[in-house]
Amino acid sequence: MAFDINKVRADFPILSRKIYDKPLIYLDNAATTQKPLAVINRISEYYTRENCNIHRGVHLMSQEATTAFEDTREQVAGFINAPSREEIVFTKGTTESINLVASAFGRKILKKGDAVLVTGMEHHSNLVPWQLLCQEKEGSLKVLPFDEKGDVDITVFENMLSEDIKIVALQHVSNALGTINPIKEMISLAHKRDIPVLIDGAQAMSHLKVDIQDLDCDFYCFSGHKAYGPMGIGVLYGKKEHLEFMTPYQSGGQMVDRVSLYETSFNEVPFKFEAGSPNVEGVLGMGAALTYLEETGMEEIMAYEDDLLDYATQKIKTIEGIHLYGTAKAKIGVISFNIGEIHPYDVGTILDRLGIAVRTGHHCAQPVMDSFGIPGTVRASIALYNTKAEIDHLVEALHQAKNMFT
Amino acid sequence: MTIQEIQEQIVKEFSYSENWMDRYNHLIEMGKNCPVIEEKYKTKSFLISGCQSRVWLHAALNDGKIVFTADSDAVITKGIVNLLIRVFNKQQPDDIINADISFIDDIGLKEHLSPTRSNGLMSMIKQMKLYALAFKTKAQTKGE
Repeated sequence: MAFDINKVRADFPILSRKIYDKPLIYLDNAATTQKPLAVINRISEYYTRENCNIHRGVHLMSQEATTAFEDTREQVAGFINAPSREEIVFTKGTTESINLVASAFGRKILKKGDAVLVTGMEHHSNLVPWQLLCQEKEGSLKVLPFDEKGDVDITVFENMLSEDIKIVALQHVSNALGTINPIKEMISLAHKRDIPVLIDGAQAMSHLKVDIQDLDCDFYCFSGHKAYGPMGIGVLYGKKEHLEFMTPYQSGGQMVDRVSLYETSFNEVPFKFEAGSPNVEGVLGMGAALTYLEETGMEEIMAYEDDLLDYATQKIKTIEGIHLYGTAKAKIGVISFNIGEIHPYDVGTILDRLGIAVRTGHHCAQPVMDSFGIPGTVRASIALYNTKAEIDHLVEALHQAKNMFT
Repeated sequence: MTIQEIQEQIVKEFSYSENWMDRYNHLIEMGKNCPVIEEKYKTKSFLISGCQSRVWLHAALNDGKIVFTADSDAVITKGIVNLLIRVFNKQQPDDIINADISFIDDIGLKEHLSPTRSNGLMSMIKQMKLYALAFKTKAQTKGE
């Protein structure tokens, strides 16, 4: 299947929007991706024809919606090659998935004096829940450093796997630097010491082929909206043995088996973690997004984005005074930079006026910025619908911004 | 000049700008002319929260009128804070508390007005009014 960029762009209606009378150039994809028509239509279809609460209805529409919902669970499991659909828990997003594990798993296994190991490049979502857990349990948080390129050292990691470490929580792909961490190797090293590993896959889903059985991670978390799906829906993959061992995280309807006034028995996994009426439109929309990715072809997307990242990196490098943050060997399309002493906020404001959406600031990874001794960066992050022409516009706009501030 | 008159003056200045880039260039110039806060006040307690770039704001009462100084590590933000300083500087606390700030919209920078906008323009105005309120309260307590 050939990757047809014109066809892809036509699938995303928002891309024809004008910003201050200029064509939108959307390069804030690490924050959230735009949605293809297939996703928008799927949500619209749900509310036009299928809207129902699921799982409990005896009527046809509820049964249809339940089937569509549960089929998506199956689809998600297939998409990430998880062993079974029971290991797919629907959540609000990556943040909730991680919090769920920190709370329902971490609290159960962490004892006083134990430790959790993370990398120094974690998004706050994969840092703060562990900080809180360690505080609560009087444990400690250990941090694997990364070098100036944004790479971790696997030998250092191995040496850090001491006996007190009970959980390893790693970012698959860095949202601030773009680094693809060697998680397969890291998981295997941790498993040699029987340490379970959680992977924050928020930035990986839209860019990489994720194979749970190949990775053999214990938990994998991601969000729908960063992979062309809707907001407010995400996934927690967890090994069945862990999910069964974990106590419910939130309680209410759907997650119960039998409730009397004084006692409750809980539903099976994954339902015991899905309290309350679920985000059906979110699940169906996310399903449509995964179908879109499958139909477009992950291999094709990866090849296209790799080429675009190379092009963008080379082009941006030509700007005098530019400093790139994150030049790891294996990267996705995140380009974090500053121009001379110009504050990222100033650059971002001018780019915005030129119709270019980027992110400026610390990207919810303040420790990463601290390690470089900077308040933040400008971050251009690419998706499958970006083009070389857009990168050319970006570079032109950066020159313009530079001239205004120097 | 009254707060209203200064706002009108700023609107007039900006009306000579033909496009957004002129406006921003003017703002950048304003940033360079900001009455800079003394180095000793560039601490956490003088930082305004809600800004993506750091903004320090200091206020002192001189002859019943407030004198503001500020700084920011982003030039556009510094330009914006200087615009506010021009409007509020050497005004009486009551006039600052009751001032209706309309000029931002009138000079074509209304995208900075959104409460979630990360330059924290709203936070700056709020902080300046809070200073005014604090000085007013202090004066009243003394008078009692």
